[in-house]
Amino acid sequence: LDINERDGGKGKLESRKFQKENRTHLPRLSSRGSLSKELYKILFFFRWLVLAIAMVRFYMEKGTHRGLYKSVQKTLKFFQTFALLEVRIVPTSVLVTGVQVSSRIFMVWLITHSIKPIQNEESVVLFLVAWTVTEITRYSFYTFSLLDHLPYFIKWARYNFFIILYPVGVAGELLTIYAALPYVKKTGMFSIRLPNKYNVSFDYYYFLLITMASYIPLFPQLYFHMLRQRRKVLHGEVIVEKDD
Amino acid sequence: SKHPDPFHTLREVEILDAKIREKLCFLDKVEPHATIAEIKNLFTKTHPQWYPARQSLRLDPKGKSLKDEDVLQKLPVGTTATLYFRDLGAQISWVTVFLTEYAGPLFIYLLFYFRVPFIYGHKYDFTSSRHTVVHLACICHSFHYVKRLLETLFVHRFSHGTMPLRNIFKNCTYYWGFAAWMAYYINHPLYTPPTYGAQQVKLALAIFVICQLGNFSIHMALRDLRPAGSKTRKIPYPTKNPFTWLFLLVSCPNYTYEVGSWIGFAIMTQCLPVALFSLVGFTQMTIWAKGKHRSYLKEFRDYPPLRMPIIPFLL
Repeated sequence: LDINERDGGKGKLESRKFQKENRTHLPRLSSRGSLSKELYKILFFFRWLVLAIAMVRFYMEKGTHRGLYKSVQKTLKFFQTFALLEVRIVPTSVLVTGVQVSSRIFMVWLITHSIKPIQNEESVVLFLVAWTVTEITRYSFYTFSLLDHLPYFIKWARYNFFIILYPVGVAGELLTIYAALPYVKKTGMFSIRLPNKYNVSFDYYYFLLITMASYIPLFPQLYFHMLRQRRKVLHGEVIVEKDD
Repeated sequence: SKHPDPFHTLREVEILDAKIREKLCFLDKVEPHATIAEIKNLFTKTHPQWYPARQSLRLDPKGKSLKDEDVLQKLPVGTTATLYFRDLGAQISWVTVFLTEYAGPLFIYLLFYFRVPFIYGHKYDFTSSRHTVVHLACICHSFHYVKRLLETLFVHRFSHGTMPLRNIFKNCTYYWGFAAWMAYYINHPLYTPPTYGAQQVKLALAIFVICQLGNFSIHMALRDLRPAGSKTRKIPYPTKNPFTWLFLLVSCPNYTYEVGSWIGFAIMTQCLPVALFSLVGFTQMTIWAKGKHRSYLKEFRDYPPLRMPIIPFLL
């Protein structure tokens, strides 16, 4: 979910659109830096599409979600890690994008990749589907905006799908972490015990518990932020933001 | 006055809310030589919930805050001045914040040092570590925070009186949290002393002591730069005290020495959480040092070019 566009419209994207209204329908190539950023967005639209197609094909062939993760994992990991670039490219607060990207990377590498027994859980499919649909919507929004040809449906989708997708994704992530807990406790993975030379300890099990707990304050904030953006963009409401 | 000053006409000041442009207050018969501080006091009379420290008055709704010392007649306003008001939120004095954030670690560390019940297993309650370095570490850590408390009370001259209230929660979480985390491991019954034994401890202790002395010297030098009650800013220069000679190479040697102290403490205790605390502190102090360095460069044309913000020649 891109919870980043500060003004959801009053910002860069919208003002760019206004400028382009009297020009031909060509992608904006104002500078080399811009070009690679735009290329990146188009590329990512297609990569999420590829992923979605792969997932659907798998399900149609195998008739089950078991092994789904295994087959898409390479693609997922590759592209999710590349999303690190997003922190610099998406027009937004570094902190917010950073949090989002890190939480995705955390799920992919530290949970599903590392804890094999949970890869066949239904909850994994839940968040994979949520992420995929969200990202396809988001990147097609960027791509179509670039081409100056943004169908209202895409804009509508971007600012409405999240209402369902966001909680679904969060549910999938939380259920997956919860399913992983017994395995983590049993194996003591990623943990360091005392005594050791560097006088430090780390318990991955408790770390996961704290991570799950952190969704409680974080999720509502992000969700309401998206709802505010939605009201601004779709209904043109003027919202006086609380000052920091 | 006996000889009426043609410019000594009384002024009017209207104060509008910066966001919604609503007229909040109208002051008439204001002396032209009144300061912003005095106007803030007058404004508080009509709106007592907005004490002067939380008022930001500016000439432009999106502009910079006016300073308390600014004089009304020196501002680019007519006989009726329009000022825009922004609420800075609840404020707390810097001294209060510093005392709270430093008293916490001092006290918390000692809880772990004395192995107060419910931290480690019950068989360890109120026991004492058998490692000398653990006792040394307690002395160093406590000394460090006592020094900070005393400096807050007697040495530092703060240019701002207050900061936003939420800062105290943020700052205390940081200081108290890290203090507890470090203290837990250093005073743990399963603590492992440094790999290179007494040699390592002695060297690290020397680094710590030297850097503490250095940091204190810089604080004193900075204090002497600014007379009591004034807000003047001057370029700091090395004094007779050799610890201040670091001013030749860096703008903020107090931060340099502070990082040095924590590196010393980390080597002495060979404790990863201490190293992490040093790293985080270093990052924050580098940001502050760079900001300070930049404002020195902006303010003084003749600022010594050899100086770097925090690390000689490097950063």
